[in-house]
Amino acid sequence: MSYTLEGRTGTWEIVVGLEVHAQVISHSKLFSGASASYGGEPNTHVSLVDAGFPGMLPVLNQECVAQAIRTGLGLRARINLESRFDRKNYFYADLPTGYQISQFTHPIVGEGTVEIELADGTVRHIGITRLHMEQDAGKSMHDQDPARSFIDLNRAGVALMEIVSEPDIRSPEEAGAYLRKLRQILRYLGTCDGNMEEGSMRADVNVSVRKAGEPFRTRCEIKNVNSIRYVMHAIEVEATRQIEVWEEGGEVDQETRLFDPARNETRSLRSKEDAHDYRYFPDPDLLPLVVEQAWVDELERGLPELPDDKRDRFVRQYGIPRYDASVLVAEQAIADYYEEVAKGRDARLAANWVTGDLFGALNRTGRTITDSPISAQALGGMLDLVSDKTINGKIAKEVFEDMLETGDSAAAIVERKGLKQVTDTGAIDAAVADVLARNADKVEEYRGGKDRLFGFFVGQVMKAMAGKANPAMVNEALKKVL
Amino acid sequence: MMESYCFMSLDPATVRRIARLARIGIDESDVPALQGELNGILGWVEQLNEVDVEGVTPMVGTGHAALRTRPDVVTDGNCREAVLSNAPDAVGPFYTVPKVVE
Amino acid sequence: MSLTELTIADAAAGLRARKFSAAELVGAHNAAIAALNPRLNAYITTTSDAALQAAAQADAALGKGEAKPLTGIPLGIKDLFCTKGVRTTAASNILKNFVPPYESTVTANLLRDGAVFVGKTNLDEFAMGSANITSAFGPVENPWKRRGDDAALVPGGSSGGSAAAVAAGLAMGATGTDTGGSIRQPAAYCGIVGLKPTYGRCSRFGTIAYASSLDQAGPMARTVRDCAILLQSMAGFDARDSTSVNCDVPDYSAAIGRSLKGLKVGIPAEYRAEGLSAEIEAAWQQGINWLKDAGCEIVDVSLPHTKYGLATYYIVAPAECSSNLARYDGLRFGERVPGDTLDAMYEATRRAGFGPEVRRRIMMGTYVLSAGYYDAYYLKAQKVRSLIRRDFTESFQQVDVLLTPTAPTPAFAQGEQSDDPVQMYLNDIFTVPASMAGMPAMSVPVGLGTTGLPLGLQLIGRPFDEETLLAAGSALEAAAGFTHRPALRAEVVK
Repeated sequence: MSYTLEGRTGTWEIVVGLEVHAQVISHSKLFSGASASYGGEPNTHVSLVDAGFPGMLPVLNQECVAQAIRTGLGLRARINLESRFDRKNYFYADLPTGYQISQFTHPIVGEGTVEIELADGTVRHIGITRLHMEQDAGKSMHDQDPARSFIDLNRAGVALMEIVSEPDIRSPEEAGAYLRKLRQILRYLGTCDGNMEEGSMRADVNVSVRKAGEPFRTRCEIKNVNSIRYVMHAIEVEATRQIEVWEEGGEVDQETRLFDPARNETRSLRSKEDAHDYRYFPDPDLLPLVVEQAWVDELERGLPELPDDKRDRFVRQYGIPRYDASVLVAEQAIADYYEEVAKGRDARLAANWVTGDLFGALNRTGRTITDSPISAQALGGMLDLVSDKTINGKIAKEVFEDMLETGDSAAAIVERKGLKQVTDTGAIDAAVADVLARNADKVEEYRGGKDRLFGFFVGQVMKAMAGKANPAMVNEALKKVL
Repeated sequence: MMESYCFMSLDPATVRRIARLARIGIDESDVPALQGELNGILGWVEQLNEVDVEGVTPMVGTGHAALRTRPDVVTDGNCREAVLSNAPDAVGPFYTVPKVVE
Repeated sequence: MSLTELTIADAAAGLRARKFSAAELVGAHNAAIAALNPRLNAYITTTSDAALQAAAQADAALGKGEAKPLTGIPLGIKDLFCTKGVRTTAASNILKNFVPPYESTVTANLLRDGAVFVGKTNLDEFAMGSANITSAFGPVENPWKRRGDDAALVPGGSSGGSAAAVAAGLAMGATGTDTGGSIRQPAAYCGIVGLKPTYGRCSRFGTIAYASSLDQAGPMARTVRDCAILLQSMAGFDARDSTSVNCDVPDYSAAIGRSLKGLKVGIPAEYRAEGLSAEIEAAWQQGINWLKDAGCEIVDVSLPHTKYGLATYYIVAPAECSSNLARYDGLRFGERVPGDTLDAMYEATRRAGFGPEVRRRIMMGTYVLSAGYYDAYYLKAQKVRSLIRRDFTESFQQVDVLLTPTAPTPAFAQGEQSDDPVQMYLNDIFTVPASMAGMPAMSVPVGLGTTGLPLGLQLIGRPFDEETLLAAGSALEAAAGFTHRPALRAEVVK
């Protein structure tokens, strides 16, 4: 079912393309040896090259190239063995040399594709136009002083990958799914941490609208949106604005806008005609970049299993539903955790416990899988006790809570609390007899046809046995007597 | 004495636009002279139109090597004193500029 | 012979033989500078005290027998090379108080080999010019005079200060940079030797950039051998410059006096441009004869795209400079003119900080790169540049070196050339093609013209074959026996 917006003059589709700027994980910057790490005292992660001093020159960081290639491979894209760096010329306080070194005409990565899945199970493929490397800019602060803006160049020169999608996105939900999937791929590959709050991943959103079957109309670009939620809101708000313009008989101007989340609206960045004349030309301080196919192949061999492949394998290998598999591969760390639990055990049981109780506990306690109070090994140990019927499912939940609190192993807790499941038929029969004796009236009602009282009897027997009875055996014993 | 070419590929508006792009302040009184000088140069370089460059690749790079790379090691930075050594208006650890309104 | 007349080779030998001390040698040059620089304006900054300190250290090293190739030799450094702790201006107001906290690779190499820097030489602002009349620190006067004429002449540019200093004995040698002829043409105008190495031979790290794909540092000295000695130090691979070529630096001095038997010398027809003056034509023919006498085979060759070199240069160089000079914005270094807004600050700063020629080239470059014009100008020029290089490559399949005049005229008087910028650009007509192609080229003084001014001939060689230039150049030098000295020089001014 496709997403549409109803206007006065008819039904409108939206057309969205996303340009994502992803900060590359590396020790040093794209063209200088200064540190690329986040934070740091102002202007300490800055070399004279970054600060654009006279006579300073760029030298390319090999690992940044590798990260871009890995990302291209993860996007199932064409790797361009020859690419080139171009200068994008403009003046701004956070751009020390007065130009950004980027790749304009010959990017390192060409066309690729990202698979997304929507809530209703629809699978779509969003095209990737290209990926190129470029320098990040420094930071300006405008609120420290009434008359001055303060400039910190720590971030200037850090490597960015700009990932450009085809205008294939047709709804805010698709945009969200695309960004989530992209982020997931980047994190799996270890090429970017995808942290939008910290600014290591930012999105420029291109939005236009049209009636079904029409060619593309004018688009606007909403710059630097820094959360997936805001991207989705911005798309809706901007599309609505554009529809109104068209329906009033006006024309949408091609312009750059900003999303204001407080007011839930987009605002025009008053752009002058020459604002976008970047005068691109090949950077004469650099030479064309040539990478060997052998190196690309080596990088490909070193890639981790990608999320979609892992999800499909989980379905095949563990026999779990696709939805559960998707949840389990959301983060590489979760997938690894799950596989350790599931190894040599009932995979479905493991999936239920991880996606249900464990995730619930982590959410409740504000933890993540990497600092989970219950290790994969520990959880596996508890599942072993369930599988060999030492404890039943209900007791297992009690044990789990205790493991959370105390950090003890399941076996130790069972021992300590004496929670071993009772499988002694004699004890069960005794308890059954006792319960039925004390509830003779209900027994008669049951035998008279009130079937649902069976559950009551089970509950009473379990209560009498402090929950430790093997439920299956309790059922059998009751059935025998009733 | 070079002949001045009569075509006017730069009009005053273009001269002003270029000066703006280059962030070089000019007065209105500077425009005619600049226009004349730039047009003179542009007219002179028009001779390249005579050259047939069909199938010729532009000269990018020296032709003696491909781009070298360096290993991903932190070898630089941590030199704030040098970085700020010539700043016209440093305040604490920052460069400063007239306030920018975004 | 006074100390300021010696060659580097002889001075180095003299120092080692303890015929005189480095303190005396450097002191003599400091005195010469004090006496003559106020007139010639060859130096923007003099570093006499530091030079004497360095001379003392040199004497200590010489005393221990630990002399390096340039120990104690006083050199002038073109004020385009960043020298740590020493003001570096690029002859521009915008950097008039800039003190770099770092050293360029080329000057670091010279210091490594024991050289003593006596000062930063004057140049055309940001290396843009061919007469050294655009410097914010005033023009340089050529120490040569026309016969019977007292008019102040230009030394050529952009390395006019370096050329004048070496010619007048205010330095034993100097560094220059050459983008379209800025070492060779002033060398010719001042009667000294100037060499532009192959692009990528010397590191550009720490050298203030004008046109990145053309700039190349090189030596300027009074003899070919001295240039070989300086180049030996200056050249070499630098990992900090991505355009630096990683190939061995050969023994350049070994090429001096090498036999030229069988060497094929190409004479390009297109350099015999219309209106080539008779004296230049004569000098060229003389050079051809000398090389023939030395055993060379003279071959007529054609470089069909020669005449497009200047137009190509005046598109590519301004384009690159418009981008390279964007960093001079008053924000992190250099002079700042305050403004109410960021853009107002930029515009006021750059208007005040850059001279007219620099502003003109920045605007030219901005225009040719701007939207809609990139293909017609910059891209086209880069294609023509490929053709210019191809001309050279093809000719080097027939010959080993080319011989041409260096400049269309000898030095002219200040104010003599018109204000038309294009007129000024024509001074580079013979030097620009080798720059566009990245080929090494050298100017050697071969005689005096009709008005008594030095004339230079240019040798152009294969990439990384500076040795053939030095060999052929030393043969020309020997044949020419050019021992003329300019009217204004250290030895006569006390």
